[in-house]
Amino acid sequence: MHKPMRSMNRGMHPGDKKIGLAPLLRIVKILFRSYPVLIPITIVCILFSAGVSAIPSVFTQKVLKVVTDCLQTGTLSWAVAKERILPLVGILITLYVLSIVFITLHTQLMAYITQGFLCKLRSKLFDGMQNLPIKYFDTNKHGDIMSHYTNDIDTLRQLVSQSLPSLLQAGTIVLTVLFIMLWYSALMTLIVLVGVAIIFFVSKKVGGGSAKYFIRQQKSIGKVEGFIQEMMNGQKVVKVFCHEKQARADFDAINEELYHDAVRAHAYANILGPVVMNIGNILYVSCAMIGGLFLVAGVPNVSLSGLAFTIDLVVPFLNMTKQFTGNINQVSQQFNSIIMGMAGAQRVLSLMDQEPEVDEGYVTLVNAHIDADGTVTETQHRTGQWAWKHPHSDGTLTYTPLQGDVRLTDVTFAYTEGKTVLRDVSVYAEPGQKVAFVGATGAGKTTITNLINRFYDITDGKVRYDGININKIKKSDLRRSLGVVLQETNLFTGTVMDNIRYGRLDATDEECCEAAKLAGAHDFISRLPQGYDTPLSNNGSNLSQGQRQLLAIARAAVADPPVMILDEATSSIDTRTEAIVQRGMDKLMEGRTVFVIAHRLSTVMDSDVIMVLENGRIIERGNHETLLAQKGTYYQLYTGAFELD
Amino acid sequence: MYKRLLSCVREYKTPSLLTLLFITLEAAIECFIPFITANLVNRIEAGTQMPFVVRTGLFLILMAVLSLACGGLAAVTCAKASAGFAKNLRRDAFYNIQRYSFQNIDRFSSSSLVTRLTTDIMHVRMSYMMLIRIAVRAPLMLIFSIIMAYIMGGALATSFLILVPILAGGLLLVARKAMPAFRRVFRKYDRLNESIEENVRNMRVVKSFSREPYEKEKFATAAETIRKDFTFAERLVALNTPLMQFCVYFNMIFVLLVGSKLIITSGGSLINVGEITAMLTYGMQILMQLMMLSMIYVMLTMSAESMKRLDEVLTEQPALTNPENPITDVADGSIDFSGVSFKYSDKAENFALADIDLHIPSGMTVGILGGTGSSKTTLVQLIPRLYDTTEGCIQVGGVDVRRYDLNTLRNAVAMVLQKNLLFSGTIKDNLRWGNEHATDEEIEEACRLAQAHDFVSAFPDGYDTYIEQGGTNVSGGQKQRLCIARALLKKPKILILDDSTSAVDTKTDANIRAGFREYIPETTKIIIAQRVASVQDADLILIMENGSIAAMGTHEELLASNDMYQEIYAQQSNGGEEHA
Repeated sequence: MHKPMRSMNRGMHPGDKKIGLAPLLRIVKILFRSYPVLIPITIVCILFSAGVSAIPSVFTQKVLKVVTDCLQTGTLSWAVAKERILPLVGILITLYVLSIVFITLHTQLMAYITQGFLCKLRSKLFDGMQNLPIKYFDTNKHGDIMSHYTNDIDTLRQLVSQSLPSLLQAGTIVLTVLFIMLWYSALMTLIVLVGVAIIFFVSKKVGGGSAKYFIRQQKSIGKVEGFIQEMMNGQKVVKVFCHEKQARADFDAINEELYHDAVRAHAYANILGPVVMNIGNILYVSCAMIGGLFLVAGVPNVSLSGLAFTIDLVVPFLNMTKQFTGNINQVSQQFNSIIMGMAGAQRVLSLMDQEPEVDEGYVTLVNAHIDADGTVTETQHRTGQWAWKHPHSDGTLTYTPLQGDVRLTDVTFAYTEGKTVLRDVSVYAEPGQKVAFVGATGAGKTTITNLINRFYDITDGKVRYDGININKIKKSDLRRSLGVVLQETNLFTGTVMDNIRYGRLDATDEECCEAAKLAGAHDFISRLPQGYDTPLSNNGSNLSQGQRQLLAIARAAVADPPVMILDEATSSIDTRTEAIVQRGMDKLMEGRTVFVIAHRLSTVMDSDVIMVLENGRIIERGNHETLLAQKGTYYQLYTGAFELD
Repeated sequence: MYKRLLSCVREYKTPSLLTLLFITLEAAIECFIPFITANLVNRIEAGTQMPFVVRTGLFLILMAVLSLACGGLAAVTCAKASAGFAKNLRRDAFYNIQRYSFQNIDRFSSSSLVTRLTTDIMHVRMSYMMLIRIAVRAPLMLIFSIIMAYIMGGALATSFLILVPILAGGLLLVARKAMPAFRRVFRKYDRLNESIEENVRNMRVVKSFSREPYEKEKFATAAETIRKDFTFAERLVALNTPLMQFCVYFNMIFVLLVGSKLIITSGGSLINVGEITAMLTYGMQILMQLMMLSMIYVMLTMSAESMKRLDEVLTEQPALTNPENPITDVADGSIDFSGVSFKYSDKAENFALADIDLHIPSGMTVGILGGTGSSKTTLVQLIPRLYDTTEGCIQVGGVDVRRYDLNTLRNAVAMVLQKNLLFSGTIKDNLRWGNEHATDEEIEEACRLAQAHDFVSAFPDGYDTYIEQGGTNVSGGQKQRLCIARALLKKPKILILDDSTSAVDTKTDANIRAGFREYIPETTKIIIAQRVASVQDADLILIMENGSIAAMGTHEELLASNDMYQEIYAQQSNGGEEHA
């Protein structure tokens, strides 16, 4: 509920001007497809109730005509007049009852449809997003992705629940009223139309000014928000440096600037209402005067109906003038939110139109039974043993036991064309081996792991897993066979148990506990107030960094993959906590192929192979002793002569 | 609370009152217009002289112009009043936050403070604008319209007696029912968005475990509950439209039927055709105003939460204040902890620090080691009185820290925080936080000492290099060195580095410490570190554990006697550390 304002202003952004109707039409199409029956019903209801609300003036006019007739002829008997008036009122009541029924129907339906549509849209966005490649998340700011779900969906809600129906409704009323007005008097209608043209012209002028200042205001708001954000984050630094006075002065300056822009923006916006309303008033008066003049002067009437100018024509006409300008006003008010809605639609669709991650993999991971002689048979239940099921083009199937043998041969990779990040990297990891990567930030360590689990696809070279080219393996199965523990521990809202079970959804409570014990997390979990049922929120902010990391390790442990990737898993923990985490990791690493990326060399010293990366190339390889003996980069890193940042 | 918030209007009281005045005038004129129009219509009908019609018409146009003028003026004054009110609120909140002590800052998270200063203020501003514009206008219009209707319609106005309670009751009922439903669903909606954010942030984990289908299912369930709740709330509100429409229709029929009967039976003397039209207009106006009032009611209750949050910021009292007759001179850099215990809040069960006795003579270098949660940071934060001790007292330069002027004390005790920050601005701007009037030479000197001069001069713009928000365009090690330089510019008597060289390589780290020894020997230096190398040449090393000092001594002493120290040392130094 905090977002609508911002979205409103976003909609006015000048950069959004080149928005075609196409996104809007697509949204309408989705809408229709979601509710192929309800939408037409709703539209009929809207049209009917709109039509009905325009007609009464006709009957008002008829009733008044009866009254004036009576007055003129001097038949001042209600009993006589009743005969003529009551049927008219009867029709009126019938119309009204119908109108109320239809209004109730369409407002209820609209509420139902809008929410259903938004729910569908949200799910569509979210489902689509799950299928996007990691690249999308690496190259788009998370705040921007989020704003599709908040700001953009909010503008679409405005569009669907209000703008479109009221456009339809006001449009119908305007047309009906216009027709009736022409029916009565074309001359008078002309006057009304001139007035409407003036209203349009003026509101465009004022609206333009308001848009201009809204943009300025938006910039000022951005500035103030940025400043506040920076200061609130740095409040402790401000305190330590006694910088309060300066901070106040800086704040006053930009706050004052925002005030000036806000006054202008809102003054323009506020003025629009009275302007339009009073032009409407003047129009009304002019109609009355001109109508009076016509009456007095006896000007011949030009109309569809051929009615003559009489007082009982002028009066309802005046009412219609009000209705007409009122609805025109409504249409013009919806204008802004329709433009915003179109911008929102475009942004939402741009997320939906993102290319999903392609997966032509056909080799799958299956539960298997491996006999002593090495024959592999596929089974349905969990055996703890796995095999790659490899269908060949000749229709045959082969099964390869899952072992965790990973080989990169002459791998070259660039995130963007021309900027090579890895060059001719070859790494052989046999089952059960521990392979470490060290090097400065940007040397390409994490990139290698991104390639193994195919978050990105290699540009050149080969990656084989148990002898199978990983491009042939179904991505979800490939990733299932790789456990990952990252530097930033990412926990989910839910209990501790839920978070461990994330590694394998069908794991029992006991299996999760076992995994926690293996990771060395069991102790602290038991000490939590609700043990394994302790709810975590906000990325586990109620736990320490070390505890979060232990949970992430337990999560990987319960998945029990043959290959583990530990990417800077311990770099943000202090040395003493690291020792505890390290014990958990050591247990986890037993019998698995492990890729370790580490900031602290203490974590990698016992690796079977250590690769030193620099600018995307492996410049040294060997174990700890041999590398120290070389007195090269590893040696320098180890002695702390290089800044590893 | 409302009174306190409203007191922020201050110099914008005049535009606020003017707005009320103009709005009242506008409303009065607007209610008057149909009255005259009715007259005009009647005259036309009676076929009276044209001059009169024209005169009335011109009068009406004049009224419309007046109304436009009032409306326009109100628009301007209202914009001034509400923007000014928001400005003052923002200013007061920001100023009060500047008075907060660390304890206050800990109570509010920084992101919650940002929301309070931005979105919440925006909500309050909108409410205020509504308040001075519509909340005054709507009841006025209501009253005016009813009065006019009575003057004109007499008996016809009885329909309002029936309709107003029906509509008001109905609207109130819907608002009452719908608001809690909306509040509930908005909370759920916020949570849904949080879980989306979580999903986006954790995408690598989701994909690593191939949990896309699971996440989709989880989301679909949450989205469906939200849809149900939202639909319920929106359908409630949707009842307003037919209710309103019913009242409009009822009024029309009532006026037409009863009106025409009155005209005919009285021969047009009690009421006339023009008046009937006017009655219809007033009817619309009255019902519209009720709708407005219910809208304001909803809006105000919705923003009550924002007001509450803002009020909390404004009324929060700083936990630390300057003493009366403060001392404004710090004699030297000696530090004495006597029986110091500390907990972060009165409610906390455990002491974060217990029974600390520590005496550091001026000019000494003290190193502190210890695991996370051992309260190293807590200990040093008490020295510049960022928090007050719970028990015991701390003296700096032989005087209780509570007796110093806060600025004096904090200028004498420079602290480089663990979570360090540079602000957007040039390097020079940032460094001048330490000393506003520092000359270029002084800045350069501080940077040389912090081993920052070389890399700063290597930037194309040197000391005028622009630092992005959050210092994202310098590396972690460079940022730390700049932060040290910034603290050095204060020329402090005591310098505290809280894990401030963790990203700096060991050689530079050693150079920095050597510089300290040589150039600022009188300054007391306290260094919290992870690396033994960063503290091993200190005069005194403290090992902290669970809020107390587990051991202290020189490197050699500790190496000989302390298990934990040996363990850390062994872990960090097998082989290479002798080069540092």
